[in-house]
Amino acid sequence: MTQALVNGLTLGAVYALVALGYSMVYGILGMINFAHGEIYMLGAFHGILALAFAQHYLANFSPVVCLLGALVLAMLFCGGYGFTLERIAYRPLRHAPVLSPLISAIGMSFLLQNYVMVAQGSGIRGFPMEFGRRLTETRFSAFAGAEFSLLEVFILATSLLCMAGLHLYIYRSKMGKAMRATSQDRRMASLLGVDVDRVISATFIAGSALAAVAGVMVSMYVHAVKFNDGYIMGMKAFTAAVLGGIGNIPGAMLGGVLLGVVENIGIWFLGAGYKDAYSFIVLLLVLIVLPRGILGEQVSDKV
Amino acid sequence: MLDLSGVHSAYGPIEVLKDVTLAVREGEIVALIGANGAGKTTTLMAVSAIHKIKAGEILFNGRSIADAAPHEIVRLGISQVPEGRRIFPRMSVEENLEMGAYARNSDLEIRKDLEHVFQLFPILKERRRQLGGTLSGGEQQMLAIGRALMARPKLLLLDEPSLGLAPKIVSQIFSVIKNLNAEGVTILLVEQNAFAALKLAHRAYVLETGRVVLSGEAAGLLTNPQVRKSYLGIN
Repeated sequence: MTQALVNGLTLGAVYALVALGYSMVYGILGMINFAHGEIYMLGAFHGILALAFAQHYLANFSPVVCLLGALVLAMLFCGGYGFTLERIAYRPLRHAPVLSPLISAIGMSFLLQNYVMVAQGSGIRGFPMEFGRRLTETRFSAFAGAEFSLLEVFILATSLLCMAGLHLYIYRSKMGKAMRATSQDRRMASLLGVDVDRVISATFIAGSALAAVAGVMVSMYVHAVKFNDGYIMGMKAFTAAVLGGIGNIPGAMLGGVLLGVVENIGIWFLGAGYKDAYSFIVLLLVLIVLPRGILGEQVSDKV
Repeated sequence: MLDLSGVHSAYGPIEVLKDVTLAVREGEIVALIGANGAGKTTTLMAVSAIHKIKAGEILFNGRSIADAAPHEIVRLGISQVPEGRRIFPRMSVEENLEMGAYARNSDLEIRKDLEHVFQLFPILKERRRQLGGTLSGGEQQMLAIGRALMARPKLLLLDEPSLGLAPKIVSQIFSVIKNLNAEGVTILLVEQNAFAALKLAHRAYVLETGRVVLSGEAAGLLTNPQVRKSYLGIN
């Protein structure tokens, strides 16, 4: 049980990171970016490719430096993907009926999956584990017989750090405040001099960078990534965002952690066979009882 | 300072402004009055570049602004307090005011102006940590005006500042508008409350189904029989 909680927290922190991207975009544009899971998958691939490069050319660098470098590189690339995605697939449809950007998002999701499949193959791609060996092999035992690795601590700590960073960014920085203002009343924000297009771009970049962090960490946790890994992660993170109240940033964090814990407790009691079903059962229950999510939905005021 | 000439605009096939020509000179309070749907709000939205016009010209200090992006208009010195106040409900009073200064950079001057707004509306200082959505209508109107002032506008566009407010609050808001004008802010005021607007303004334009049908000194319009009948309800 304690073990399930430990694993659940780790996984939940990752769900939360990805869920934030869904929630931020929904808060500002009122649309679900169904290609967000693919950004997560691209993050994993870019992290692995960066480490594969480090394996060959930077062999005498410390693994920690290489790992951090890979994380930063994956964030930069995914920020770029998120930015481009919005520019080519969503911005031209900004004033189109709501279903059009949705279809466009699904199309981009397929496009990105196939792009990776063509470029990287359809098999699994292993994570160069020599960079994570210290993390996975250092293990601690907690109370009640539970055990966790340094990698789990690293994932949890990095996720919390990212979320704290995002919180500071949104509540303290000028661009962050502009994001909140834009999500509450887009026209009023532009009347005050906010360049709404820039704010939307920044939102996509920030959300994608968080997904990249999640991608690199999960691929290290499960030792591999595949071109279609973004799909199930995207569905889970979307569930987490809805669970907490979509458009609501603290809600996405709460929803993610809750989902991870529920999933692992389910595995503990009922076995891993239906692992993915537990999340969606919880989603169904929450939607019946609290249709707007646990902390409530926050949508931009449409005029 | 602001010149609209031959402005035409439409929402789809429906023409809203038909050949609107009006001017606001530096230091003036100009009122724009008219019935619902006359095009008053559309005129202000056209000046703020939210609503793109079909024909005609909008000049600010001699420079055409009809093709500018909305976020550039504020930087030129035009701020709008839109109808319905549009306070950011989940941001604090202070954050709402900070958003007003979004287009500016000097923190020192922004702090100074924040204090100035708090002087103008002491209630906002009391409520600075409260969320905008929890304020009363009158307080929200004060916040909306304060927020616009944080951009240090040369020209302030006010859309229905009296709408839905108690008479006592309305007179307070109007006296603030008058003081702002005395401090050097030029004002273009849209109002349904024609009587109050004409008493405050120097000059006024009467808009009827998208056309300027009358214009002149506010004092003169107050005694104009047509205006008295249609907009003041006095025979």
